[in-house]
Amino acid sequence: MSDSSGAKRMSIIVTKGSLDWAYPPFILSTTAAAMGLDVTLFFTFYGLPLLLKDLDLKMTPLGNPAMKMPMMGGHMGMPNFMSMIPGVDAGATVMMKDMMKKKGVATIPELRSLAIEAGVRMIACQMTMDLFEYKLEDMVEGIELGGAAAYIEVATQSEINLFI
Amino acid sequence: MADQTLDAKGLNCPLPILKAKKALTALPPGGTLEVLATDPGAVKDFEAFARTTGHELIESTTEGNVFRFVLKRKA
Repeated sequence: MSDSSGAKRMSIIVTKGSLDWAYPPFILSTTAAAMGLDVTLFFTFYGLPLLLKDLDLKMTPLGNPAMKMPMMGGHMGMPNFMSMIPGVDAGATVMMKDMMKKKGVATIPELRSLAIEAGVRMIACQMTMDLFEYKLEDMVEGIELGGAAAYIEVATQSEINLFI
Repeated sequence: MADQTLDAKGLNCPLPILKAKKALTALPPGGTLEVLATDPGAVKDFEAFARTTGHELIESTTEGNVFRFVLKRKA
């Protein structure tokens, strides 16, 4: 990454891979890139599935007390035990995706393509790739492999460092 | 009359900004881009975008529930 442009830099450690948690890193990185920042995303642990070629992101209301969906004129949460019932979690995922489609929210595949197109640097944590036995061929094109030191170097050069 | 119009109506954050950025880079320096959006957050977003990137926000108006922005690509 060149320093001569004087651009501000941002790094994000991406540790979560559910549908809802996929949004913050991709929205922040694409917007920052659009505003002239150099951005690096470091995917580790449960953030790694966000790099798979075939994305199959899911969501659950389980253990998510603040998740209340707009329903029937108000906001409704779901008791934890409901997640035990087959189909409930899948239903929550479908409901969220429908809501997003209706309200013109970008999809994660779309945001991810925009991020790569905008030159956002995507690093996959080598250690957790090995740990969870993810193969590079299963991941989207344009990513690098790296370790903690690679990330720390980026972080020391970035004005904004986020952990998501 | 702007050189180009981008219809971002019905699109939510961050799409209006991302699409505007893409359209702006395709314009020659000094070219103008008109953006139509329904996302209320776009008002503050485009102001911040202009301040941070140096592209000029010449106009920012509301017509009914449509927000209209005119951006000028910096030199």
